[in-house]
Amino acid sequence: MAQIHSPLPGTFYRSSAPDKPPFKADGDAVAAGDVIGLIEVMKSFHEVKSEIAGKNIRFECDNEEPVMAGMVLAQVD
Amino acid sequence: MAVNVISPGLSTTVQDLGRPGYYHLGIPISGGMDRFALRAANMLVGNDEGAAVLEAVFMGPELEFTSAATVAVTGGDLPPKLNGDERNTWEAFPVKAGDRLSFGYLKSGARAYIAVSGGIDVPMKLGSRSTYTLGALGGHEGRALKAGDSLPLGKGAGGKGAVPANLRRMPGNPAELRMLPGLYWHRITAAAGKQFFADTWKVAPEADRIGYRFKGGTALDFVPREQPFGAGSNPSNIVDACYPYGSIQVPGGTEPIVLHRDAVSGGGYMMLGCVISADMDLIGQLQPHSPARFVEVSMDQALAARADRLAALGRLRGHLGR
Repeated sequence: MAQIHSPLPGTFYRSSAPDKPPFKADGDAVAAGDVIGLIEVMKSFHEVKSEIAGKNIRFECDNEEPVMAGMVLAQVD
Repeated sequence: MAVNVISPGLSTTVQDLGRPGYYHLGIPISGGMDRFALRAANMLVGNDEGAAVLEAVFMGPELEFTSAATVAVTGGDLPPKLNGDERNTWEAFPVKAGDRLSFGYLKSGARAYIAVSGGIDVPMKLGSRSTYTLGALGGHEGRALKAGDSLPLGKGAGGKGAVPANLRRMPGNPAELRMLPGLYWHRITAAAGKQFFADTWKVAPEADRIGYRFKGGTALDFVPREQPFGAGSNPSNIVDACYPYGSIQVPGGTEPIVLHRDAVSGGGYMMLGCVISADMDLIGQLQPHSPARFVEVSMDQALAARADRLAALGRLRGHLGR
């Protein structure tokens, strides 16, 4: 099991726009470099890319939740 | 003698103590958001206190040194790593040619100051090396750093030492920002004024070097008036006026914005007052969503707080033998 951390403090979003599906649904597989969400800070949005590959992603952080740098956003197997 | 940028972080800029004297022309003062930490970083590496350093916000850059130097990282707790080995913040450490400096996740605060002996030797623009990104002025090509940039270094002697925790300063939880009510305070009701100081606000994610927006408090009630000629129709509007550094405007009466180092110099929002100069460094260390309160002070208290900060700077200089 491995963790994907937030690189930044800000607000976490799971999709690119409110009417768009999430980048990853719970249970999806993840490849290194895949975008798993966005962090909003200082009037811009920053993609969170997974540095690891794995299966069965489980988000620990909800859409629009405030996050700290280093916080666990998701776990993968 | 240079620092090469391998990766830039989120928004890393060259900053010194700023560019005062041009605000009346619309050119802001710029400079470090936490100038106490900036001065400390310079002292640790043996530079003049006002030498140019790198200001990194929320996320550190990765840098490579082309020559031996002394480095110090102060401000928010952004752990430096030299060739992967962690180093202490607020402490000078030597680097060799070819060494790489990277950073772990930000643990507290918001901005780190990375000083290198000799200082970042970009050209002076209007008396300062600070970057004003909106105006593409100063710093390295008037912008935040990018991968592949190479920053020249001045000639430095090097320094040593560390700054103990009791000589550092970081915001409390909630941060308490002392404020002097100003010329337009009469525009809000007495009850609204009381509530403004009673509320705990939260830093909005869009807060940046231009201004820090706060949300989550109570909307202001204004004293009714017929808006004067030249003012907009919203009760938070005034006939255009100068905006001081630290002034607190509340567009629409809902979310206060404290103007900071890269602010615009005038406009048509009434200002409740100013955060006192002694507490402006604290704002530069606030993360998004962190809580803050405004605390009313008198002019005498503001001046006493300024004297306290000068005394703290004196203790830092004394500790580092300056």
